[in-house]
Amino acid sequence: MNSNNYFVLTLKAKSENESFARSAVGAFLVPLSPSIEELTDIKTATSEAVTNSIVHAYGGKQDGDITITVVTNDHEVEIIVEDDGCGIPNIEEAKQPFYTTRPNEDRSGMGFTVMESFMDSVVVTNKKTGGIRVSLKKKLGT
Amino acid sequence: MDITYFFNDGILDINVSGELDEHSAYLMRTTIDNIIDSYVDKGPINVNIDLSQISFMDSTGIGVLLGRYKKFANKNVIINLKNPSKNADKILKMAGIYEIMPKVS
Repeated sequence: MNSNNYFVLTLKAKSENESFARSAVGAFLVPLSPSIEELTDIKTATSEAVTNSIVHAYGGKQDGDITITVVTNDHEVEIIVEDDGCGIPNIEEAKQPFYTTRPNEDRSGMGFTVMESFMDSVVVTNKKTGGIRVSLKKKLGT
Repeated sequence: MDITYFFNDGILDINVSGELDEHSAYLMRTTIDNIIDSYVDKGPINVNIDLSQISFMDSTGIGVLLGRYKKFANKNVIINLKNPSKNADKILKMAGIYEIMPKVS
């Protein structure tokens, strides 16, 4: 039983770190015996949140910090992705499928839709100190 | 990310392997555009983008694929998505992409 475990990882907001970030999250969860599909869902949702921070919060400057906290409690997993970037003026609008602020960059506007589809809950908040906090939750084995 | 292609009799097969995310998106976008551009003047072509070797794909991949569709839709180019891996298939299906770019095997 792996109850009450966590890890915290802070990365520079470089796109080359995306693969490491989602792999680290996936590796941490292996002792909970997730299915391949659950693991892929979690890695994909994590990748979406990290991409948002790199592309939108920090404007693709490949600079700034992204902090990923993973908390597990029995088979409940929470992944929190935080940045100190520009925030999101209208979170509900940003969550709409195919909504993008960068229509000329081949952006699908599906990031939040993917997170919501692949996870049990997605909570996005603007932090008081600036930046975004995305909480992704999933119960394994359901 | 590794991309290879083969052209024969109006059919252009482009095989993409590896992880398709923000980091690899630029390379995939520019490489596929260059390959299709080199055949687009030779008459109508069917492009099969083979996604069977995609080990990871997020919504950035959807954006890249939709972008290729938009760029070449008016140039006598039909783009199909061939044998998507399980990972790619789930996200493509969820986003309804096969209604625009058919899934083929």
